[in-house]
Amino acid sequence: MAPKVALFITCLVDLFRPKIGFAAIKLLEDAGCEISVPVAQTCCGQPAYNSGDRADTEAIAKQVIKTFEDHDYVVAPSGSCAAMIKIHYPELFKDDADWQRRAVALSKKTFELTSFLTDVLEVEQIDTHLEQKVTYHDSCAGLRELGIAGQPRKLLASVDGLVMEEMKDSDVCCGFGGTFCVKYSDISNAIVSKKADTINTSGADLLLAGDLGCLMNMAGKLKRQGSKTKVRHVAEVLAGMSDGPAIAEAKK
Amino acid sequence: MTNIITTRDFKSNAKEALANKTLQKALTHVEAGFIGKRRLAMEALPEFDQLRDNARDIKNHTLANLDAYLEEYEEKVVASGGKVHWAADGEEACNQILDICRNVGARTVTKGKSMIAEEIGINDFLEKNDIEPVETDLGEYIIQLRGETPSHIIAPAVHVLKEQVEEDFRRVHDHLPVSRNLEEPESLLDEARKVLRAKFLNADVGITGANFLIAETGTSVIVTNEGNGDLTQIVPKVHIVLASIEKVTPTLDDVSQILRVLARSATGQEISVYTTFSTGPKRQGDVDGPEEYHVIILDNGRSNMIGSEFQDMLRCIRCGSCMNHCPVYHAVGGHAYGWVYPGPMGAVLTPSLMGVKDGGQLPNASTFCGRCEAVCPMRIPLPKMMRHWREREFEKHLNPASQRWGLNFWAFFAKRPRLYHLATSLGIPLLSLFGRRKGYFKYLPLASGWTKYRDLPAPETRTFQQQWAQREALKQGGAK
Ligand code: SF4
Repeated sequence: MAPKVALFITCLVDLFRPKIGFAAIKLLEDAGCEISVPVAQTCCGQPAYNSGDRADTEAIAKQVIKTFEDHDYVVAPSGSCAAMIKIHYPELFKDDADWQRRAVALSKKTFELTSFLTDVLEVEQIDTHLEQKVTYHDSCAGLRELGIAGQPRKLLASVDGLVMEEMKDSDVCCGFGGTFCVKYSDISNAIVSKKADTINTSGADLLLAGDLGCLMNMAGKLKRQGSKTKVRHVAEVLAGMSDGPAIAEAKK
Repeated sequence: MTNIITTRDFKSNAKEALANKTLQKALTHVEAGFIGKRRLAMEALPEFDQLRDNARDIKNHTLANLDAYLEEYEEKVVASGGKVHWAADGEEACNQILDICRNVGARTVTKGKSMIAEEIGINDFLEKNDIEPVETDLGEYIIQLRGETPSHIIAPAVHVLKEQVEEDFRRVHDHLPVSRNLEEPESLLDEARKVLRAKFLNADVGITGANFLIAETGTSVIVTNEGNGDLTQIVPKVHIVLASIEKVTPTLDDVSQILRVLARSATGQEISVYTTFSTGPKRQGDVDGPEEYHVIILDNGRSNMIGSEFQDMLRCIRCGSCMNHCPVYHAVGGHAYGWVYPGPMGAVLTPSLMGVKDGGQLPNASTFCGRCEAVCPMRIPLPKMMRHWREREFEKHLNPASQRWGLNFWAFFAKRPRLYHLATSLGIPLLSLFGRRKGYFKYLPLASGWTKYRDLPAPETRTFQQQWAQREALKQGGAK
């Protein structure tokens, strides 16, 4: 029977780049999943959680748990949102046995997209083509909270024509940090400027990552610098949807 | 040296630091100098992660029985002829030190590197009381000449360029020939050694910090690379150990286990050049050693951390690895943090010691990238504790009103999916339309924090939810 997967679309993908959602759906459907997108979803609650607003975080987390707990799997095209549900929800309810049980149950079936494809569905390769030199940025939450590093690279390596040019310090933060990038814009700028330098010297034409927040931050900086490097979510490339404008590019 | 606290000005401090070209040049040494060496040391020791677990467990056990181990430690110090002084805060510790110095009519005091000394501001205090403190660690010596505070817990002068040190030496060591060559780092070290040698011999009291206090033997342990600590504690008549309560560790065996992760995490060395143990004053028949041995044990807010969500922070062994790997520290350096402890460990410890009202800026200044926790040898969950500080701040309404207002507005919608989708399905297509031509915004009202430094990618078209609803509706229609 086809696994029933609920897509946790993430607020940024919903608002800024729906294409990533459709790319994720294509990848999951190609791998034999049955997809649903619950309407009652907004955000995983990170903005409140990382601002110290515990009450709103808990209210949002409960809403997410209720909305998603009846599905076989929950998949998000974002390491940080998946980590929020997988790692932080259970911690959030450590003094509330009932909600904690439900949070832990949801945690067990929640995955970031590329790790779900490789670790759970055991997808070995992707049948698509892209003749381009790409570089991959490891977004922090995915990398350090969920251990995502090999999975996207493995899938990318199977893309026909694609050449991987690893940048220096791909595991170093891009300076996004959610509200950090506006609250501490000077510091965030220093960090993303360094990141832009390593991207530019990697020799790649296309920057990929698994989190739209980081991608928008890096794309915004590269654009401001006048860099020619294009920016996309890794799912777009894997789903063969690398046509059309890249992030921060004009529509033709 | 003046210890003016500017933690509340973190933002403006950071701005200045970012504009300071000399500092920015010096800061490149942090990444280049520490990260690779630590990685090599770790790779050479396959059981490194196991050792980290052991180290964490040892400290957790100690903290759960802290009072018992501190008592045991005091007993052993007394039995070996030393004296323990308990200091509730910095002022008390300073006065205890001053009393000991006055008792022996001290004029000069040599000092080994000690962050607790910085925390209590002992140098300023001694100077005001006509006692000259002399730093003997090269980095500390340099910043003392410059009238600065340390900017890093293990490399206090990491913000200073070699050329600046040369200038300072020429200015202060004006009895030495002007024509001498000070281009090589070694020549600077040699010169500092020569100048300091005389000071070592003249000092009446030596103050050192402690990396560990061993409960079973009453021993204090310091690790250094220059050997200055040894001369500081052996030559003068009086040795004062200055430590905080969490430095106590049950046994010598425990200490040797933690030492295995300390130097590797700090500098990538297998072990520091000198690991020096001192137990009590000189005994009959000893060739050297002090006549008096005092230990000042400082609390200064730490006992309040026990049993709180910040207790894990007391496992810290001050290796500096968290700041060495911190992108925010790399960008602004240590002085921007405004007090003694910079980087991720400072972002957690500072509000614990001075309160969230004064220290609350620091735990906010993090992207939560988690690299600090990933490298911390004591497995301290630094980001989690920074988040706890943000929670305390939020509860007390200490964060700016504009931020709270924005958050409330957003949360109102985030908790009401229908309204949220209604609002976004109206707003996003509009925004998309405005950004259509270029694909990004150079400026957008209310988003200036973003657009000051980078362009804002425009939304593609309509929201995903709108498009998905349409796709589903079409499917249903087709199926009929
Ligand atoms: S918090 Fe951890 S990494 Fe940072 S100084 Fe302390 S022990 Fe070292």
